[in-house]
Amino acid sequence: MKNVKDRFWEKIGPYLLVAPAMTGIALFVIYPIIKLISMSFYKVNQLNPDKTKFVGFSNYQKMFKTAEFQKALVNTGYYALFMILIVLGCSLILAVWLGSKKSRVNSAAQASAFLPHIISMVSVGLIFQQMMDPDYGIFNALLGAMGLQKSQFLRSSDSAMNSVIFTSAWKSIGYYTLILIAALQSIPESIYEAADLDNAGSVRTFFKITLPMISPQIFFVLIVMTIGNFKVFETIRVMTSGGPNNATTSLVYYIYNKVFMDFDVGRAAAGGVILLIIVGIMTVLYFVSLSKKVHYQ
Amino acid sequence: MYKLSQKVWAVAGTILKAILIFVFVFPFLWMVSVSLQTDMEISSSPITLIPAVPQWINFAAAWSKGPFLLYLKNSLTIIVSVIAMQMVIMVPAAYAFAKCDFKGKNLMFGLVLIAFMTPGQITFLPIYQMMSEWEVMDTLLPQIVPFMTNAFGIFLLRQYFMQVPDELIEAAKLDNAGSLKIVYKLMLPMAKPAMSTVVLFSFVSHWNDYFWPLVMTQTTNVRTLPIGIAMLKNTEGITNWNIIMAGNMILVMPILVVYVFCSKSIIRSFAYSGIK
Repeated sequence: MKNVKDRFWEKIGPYLLVAPAMTGIALFVIYPIIKLISMSFYKVNQLNPDKTKFVGFSNYQKMFKTAEFQKALVNTGYYALFMILIVLGCSLILAVWLGSKKSRVNSAAQASAFLPHIISMVSVGLIFQQMMDPDYGIFNALLGAMGLQKSQFLRSSDSAMNSVIFTSAWKSIGYYTLILIAALQSIPESIYEAADLDNAGSVRTFFKITLPMISPQIFFVLIVMTIGNFKVFETIRVMTSGGPNNATTSLVYYIYNKVFMDFDVGRAAAGGVILLIIVGIMTVLYFVSLSKKVHYQ
Repeated sequence: MYKLSQKVWAVAGTILKAILIFVFVFPFLWMVSVSLQTDMEISSSPITLIPAVPQWINFAAAWSKGPFLLYLKNSLTIIVSVIAMQMVIMVPAAYAFAKCDFKGKNLMFGLVLIAFMTPGQITFLPIYQMMSEWEVMDTLLPQIVPFMTNAFGIFLLRQYFMQVPDELIEAAKLDNAGSLKIVYKLMLPMAKPAMSTVVLFSFVSHWNDYFWPLVMTQTTNVRTLPIGIAMLKNTEGITNWNIIMAGNMILVMPILVVYVFCSKSIIRSFAYSGIK
């Protein structure tokens, strides 16, 4: 009797253990993704659901033709590109500089560079907006003191996006530095010793040894960064609200506006699917490379 | 000669590192300074670096600009509920993925990974509609329930659980211990570091989160601290920066205090979670 019961639990037990977690994923990840895709093919009437009708690809066709969406897409691409270049470049330099030796100054520098990462984007956005105030901000005071030309920062459509990128980069450099330091520390000491014996210079050592050795981690960082940057929203919402003159709208900002300003849910869903495609491609790349990395080790 | 130049380099390096620290810490010191300045000082020229008389009253002023006690209560309620729910749900699941064999395991774990990679910016619209249909938009549920499954946590805990020897589990089973007992009495104590990482993570991300509460709240009584602080800018205009920064301190300080005391373990957690 007991045996039968035992075998029953052996079979059913695991499903019971994962059931709550899988319910959560089904309800709040899988269903929303499917629903989002299907919504993007409808002209959604929220007040009168009976009037919601299937329109095929028309949401996409119309969306891609609007200047608003094109602007959002171009801005997002620009933001992502420069964030990746700046943040990857800076954090690589910092990682090599601060991670090579364990010392008090180095760990203090790591700790302070990492600090902005765990502070709310709301707080960071407000602080930088204040510092970037054209009249009373400390940035222009500094530029003035150095005899350089002052900037309008967030107030001008020419400099607003770069100011947002500056803020976001400042916030995230420390985090990626940390990850790259962890990667650097996984390189066996003996390889460096061998390079030292061969009298390889430090620049040569960096490009011939360090960089190739941590290239898998750099690739992950690239993918994580791309996903993170394509969903940029909070910085923009706090600092510029997309302005001036739509100079800082982004893909997610576009979706947000479609839902809560224009109440055009179908169009918003179409925008969401574009984000889904971008994230999907990156995710596939991520796992393909993850499985490769496991094989090499 | 060789030694001297090495020393010069070392000193130069230390100075550069000090500057680097300053670059990342200064904005927070600046926030403190502005939060203590008078209305005159925030718009003075040349700018005021250190207020002549610290205006502690700015904090009282900021606190009175909105129902911040309510926002704080909402933030904490959400964080505690989310973490409690995630613990109960993710631990058994991580155990099953690590130690049990069952049909569809790989497929289900694939779904966990998809959940891990899917940002809220993609799912919020259907979830918003779902919550409206359930008529719970005036409660905190839309900010709690969607986070019931912590995919990252399952992923991390599974790694830990896989390292527990099977013999240990078999022995416990011979002692007639049920699955849940094995999970909570045997496995969980071994996964303490992973658990603290997950808790820390959930705390920081939900305390700071701005996007989700922004799209999921329509009324004041369900809003959280980040929303309240961001709204200060609308009520204060962009002239009363001292009041806004005083409010901002409410949001920054708790994290800052925790960070000062355990930066090492926080850094380790984040570095571990990054890429593994």
